[in-house]
Amino acid sequence: MPTEVPEHQTSSHEAALGGSVLEVNRLTVSFDHTVILADLSFSVARGASLAVIGPNGCGKTVLFRALIGAIPYQGSIRWAPGTRFGYVPQKFDIERDLPITGRDLLRAKLTIAHARKEDALHALERVDLREEVLVQPIGSMSGGQFQRLLVAFALIGKPDVLLLDEPAAGVDAPGQEALNAALRRLQQEEAITTLLISHDLGVVYRYASTVLCLARQRAYLGAPEVVLTPERLSEVYGTPISFHLHDDHGR
Amino acid sequence: MVRQSVSTSTMTMDARALIVCAAMAVAAGLVGCFAVMRRMTLAADAFSHVALPGIGLALVLRLNPLIGALAALLAGSMLIWAIEGKTKLSTEAITGVVFSVALAIGSLTATGEELIDALFGAPGSMTTAETAFALVAALAVTVFILKARDRLLVSLVSTEVAIASGIGVKSLQLSFLVAFAVTVALGMRYLGVLLMGSLIIIPATVAKRLARSIDGMFAIAIGTALASTLVGSWIAALTQRPSGPIIVAIAGGLFFVSLLKS
Repeated sequence: MPTEVPEHQTSSHEAALGGSVLEVNRLTVSFDHTVILADLSFSVARGASLAVIGPNGCGKTVLFRALIGAIPYQGSIRWAPGTRFGYVPQKFDIERDLPITGRDLLRAKLTIAHARKEDALHALERVDLREEVLVQPIGSMSGGQFQRLLVAFALIGKPDVLLLDEPAAGVDAPGQEALNAALRRLQQEEAITTLLISHDLGVVYRYASTVLCLARQRAYLGAPEVVLTPERLSEVYGTPISFHLHDDHGR
Repeated sequence: MVRQSVSTSTMTMDARALIVCAAMAVAAGLVGCFAVMRRMTLAADAFSHVALPGIGLALVLRLNPLIGALAALLAGSMLIWAIEGKTKLSTEAITGVVFSVALAIGSLTATGEELIDALFGAPGSMTTAETAFALVAALAVTVFILKARDRLLVSLVSTEVAIASGIGVKSLQLSFLVAFAVTVALGMRYLGVLLMGSLIIIPATVAKRLARSIDGMFAIAIGTALASTLVGSWIAALTQRPSGPIIVAIAGGLFFVSLLKS
């Protein structure tokens, strides 16, 4: 069975969410009396691709951790009933010598999600990861391979929503390209709602339908061309950002 | 400790002790795999000392020391889990504090020979009740680790991924600590609480060095624990010496052999 959203997070009245898959209302998260997120409200339409940007320390990862129910928060987070999500964390260092292979990890997810083996094969195909790579211990995989393995892991159980926390950070250029291509395919072919944290404004501009920009004082939500203006970015990052919006027909 | 009622002419081991030994080794090997991968190796060793106040109290109350040890270990694991949930301290740091306090209280309640027996294992035959407890507990721990393998594995790689996959990480953590506590209590009669920590850690460390997959790690850890325990008990019976130190010495020897792998 795919991952169900915990009961307390689902709305009993789907109509109340309209066409949204997620509705966040007055979300506040604080640690040791330091407020990380204050009064944040936004909603995500089904099939949308929301990019979350903002300077370091603005609470992007904290937002994702609250969304999956990993940390306590105030306010409300409502996922549409029956929403299944997959989560791809920020690149983290695993011990190099753990005797855990890619296959071990995917097999674990198949059991947990009560999914069939074909689901794993399909997920591997989606992220363009060869089966031979899976016999390696995860510690000996390249950064890009490991991140794609985590995306494949998240895809098992047919999630409606993917939460990706800087999946391409620390991955070399070819690895980033493969990862971005895989994400783009997922979005286009499977209409999965994606929530993506990224520092790469080029990627955000190309892939996102909506941008949530978290700043220390307030948050901005809107289409990329509205939010990613030089003035807004300078205000948010506190320094002039030389980001140019190219004519991109690929969008 | 292996029953000493062996015939000196054939030096065969008591069958009941042998089965208990094997069951305990399997449980210790499996629990050890996750203890070692979670980097709680030293905490694991220190944790075994939490049994001491329970043993002391049981001796004062004229109860079976095993009951006291198990109660103290379970209480200790709950305490560590609760503090871990409330603070951001690591398991290792909390275990360090709980273990020192337990050692202090333990040395006040138990004295002399009783304490030495608890630390290094007491010779003598096991009662039917003790044998039954050991077998049921070893089986329960083994079944738990095998059933929870996938959930433990994912939580080990990333807590957030585990939560997003619908795994109850906190209750899983508690269950693991309880399985660990039961395993330590299991070894008390044979190895003593001091040496039981070693039987959990050493075979799993050997396995971590040699294995390339989780199933491989399980197999090598169980094999190493079984070989050390059975061969150790046999040598102990032959030489009429306590089995605990021999078992741990053999496991240690296997660890040094595993270092030959580059």
